[in-house]
Amino acid sequence: MTAPETGYTFAYLDDATKRMIRRAILKAVAIPGHQIPFGAREMPLPYGWGTGGIQVTASILGPDDVLKVIDQGSDDTTNAISIRRFFTRVAGVATTERTADATIVQTRHRIPERALREDQVIVYQVPQPEPLSKLEPRRAETERLHALADYGLMHVRLYEDIARLGHIAKAYDYPVMVNGRYLMSPSPIPAFDNPKMDRMPALQLFGAGREKRIYAIPPYTSVRSLDFEDHPFRPIRAPHACELCGSTDSYLDEVLTDDAGGRMFVCSDTDYCGERQAGANKAAAE
Amino acid sequence: MYVAVKGGGRAISAAHAWLDETRRGDPSLPELGVAQIEQQMGLAVDRVMAEGSCHDRFLAALAIKQSKGDLIEAAFLLRAYRTTLVRFGASDPIETAAMRLRRRISATYKDLPGGQVLGPTFDYTHRLLDFALAAEGAPREAAPEAGAPVGEVPRVTELLAREGLMQREVPDDAEPGDLTRQPLAFPAARPVRLQNLARGDEGFLLALGYSTQRGYGGNHPFVGEIRVGHVAVDFTPPELGFAIDIGDIAITECQMVNQFAGSRTEPAQFTRGYGLVFGHGERRAMGMALVDRALRAQELGEDVTAPAQDAEFVLYHSDNIEATGFVEHLKLPHYVDFQSELENLRTIRRSAMQDLAE
Repeated sequence: MTAPETGYTFAYLDDATKRMIRRAILKAVAIPGHQIPFGAREMPLPYGWGTGGIQVTASILGPDDVLKVIDQGSDDTTNAISIRRFFTRVAGVATTERTADATIVQTRHRIPERALREDQVIVYQVPQPEPLSKLEPRRAETERLHALADYGLMHVRLYEDIARLGHIAKAYDYPVMVNGRYLMSPSPIPAFDNPKMDRMPALQLFGAGREKRIYAIPPYTSVRSLDFEDHPFRPIRAPHACELCGSTDSYLDEVLTDDAGGRMFVCSDTDYCGERQAGANKAAAE
Repeated sequence: MYVAVKGGGRAISAAHAWLDETRRGDPSLPELGVAQIEQQMGLAVDRVMAEGSCHDRFLAALAIKQSKGDLIEAAFLLRAYRTTLVRFGASDPIETAAMRLRRRISATYKDLPGGQVLGPTFDYTHRLLDFALAAEGAPREAAPEAGAPVGEVPRVTELLAREGLMQREVPDDAEPGDLTRQPLAFPAARPVRLQNLARGDEGFLLALGYSTQRGYGGNHPFVGEIRVGHVAVDFTPPELGFAIDIGDIAITECQMVNQFAGSRTEPAQFTRGYGLVFGHGERRAMGMALVDRALRAQELGEDVTAPAQDAEFVLYHSDNIEATGFVEHLKLPHYVDFQSELENLRTIRRSAMQDLAE
């Protein structure tokens, strides 16, 4: 299949590479939360800037798909624009900023506020797929720990936080247990988003290009944030309402407005915030 | 008042236009040609070919022009292009004993079959800025020509091996791994390690090699031989069944002779550190040979104590395309995570203040 950008295959990757990545995805879906090594390619965007997510999206993308790309919850951050332009250029697919209209959502650092559906796929960009990497940098060793489901290191780390600070100090990339078996990095989404992963109707795919790993959470799979009975998991959110749409349950960005302590809080998910503002305007007009 | 962050797309386009303008520089000066870069910045081209792991002087020179001389950026451009190319198969092993030599030196023998050939080298130049070079178009005297060495020039390590003094490498017919197709896995076999080092960052190889000399996993190396020149590449298409010569490549090979291993039952022998890189890259080939030998610590029964001997540490951090991407990604917005961190820190501080007050 040809693409708008001449000289390249549809969605950039050659067909053999896409097949290799799809096989890795199928394996990943079959073993929820388990990291599958794959032969990540050099992409025309830098490692660490979403090459894993881009390769996963390129492998599952069809001409009829509608793609949404967000970074920090917003469609208009520079890297999201760059990735969306890349797919427009090499695949010519339709893109959207509306979560409801997308068939594939590629994201960095957020899960949209609007609940995803069964007919949608969310692709996460992952910098470090290994949840134990900060505790044990040797890959050969962490693979052994996963094989034995030996996650004591992580529990001890969380316990030490509580003993020292009174709270768990992880605010993002908060480790989860998938399907009661594999410890998994949810990618650096805020802990606030973790509960959205649990039994999500949409397929969740994770691509780490530099680290050459793919993993997945099939629809309706149990995803539990690690915690203790006396220190239950708590999603973190600034205790304010969005200044633009008034939402009190969405994740907020803090924006500094001057150098004298002035600040305001607004929704990180720009599509969600925009829809709520449009809805309020419509209600006011009626 | 809060201004919604919009207009990123326009900003990107404008930034790239500006980048293009600064790449060209002062338009009253003549534009640099790709052929000029290829000819006059030859060692930069060689480095980009090595780290871009693609032997094509024209493409490497074009990448250097496009990257404004940022060689890691140029290597990245070349890698991103190479990954789209169709793969016909693997060539037959090249034969460096049959190399057409430009340079060949040994530090272990005063003279030896094939002789010492200095070739075009910075060695023994006095590093004084040549202000005459600033005057362009000055006539240049042709270098004197010597008769070309004839026939095959045996490798120093081979001469040692014939005497039983150098450990022979065991030939392996198995298809070597290919890092550009399969991800790294550990323990990594030596062919995979060498592939990784051959396209690793020159500065990283240099620093790690240097660290072994200063006692972090040292093994007392001698430069058995460095040779620079061209070798023929043969390819055997399965449908033909015989090898055809598909062209020449420029390479640098470095063989380090290192302290012996042995025991009461096994006579002591020298061991080898091996470096082979695209183009003329002696610093890179030597660094690679030092690190290759250091990474053999385990198989040679040495203690693994130094960074250069730690295969995971070395192989996961040698690639400057991966490294620069991940280091530089810190420029991307992280404010969602930072916000979560802020709120968490505020909560932790609040509880601590309450505890103090009580």
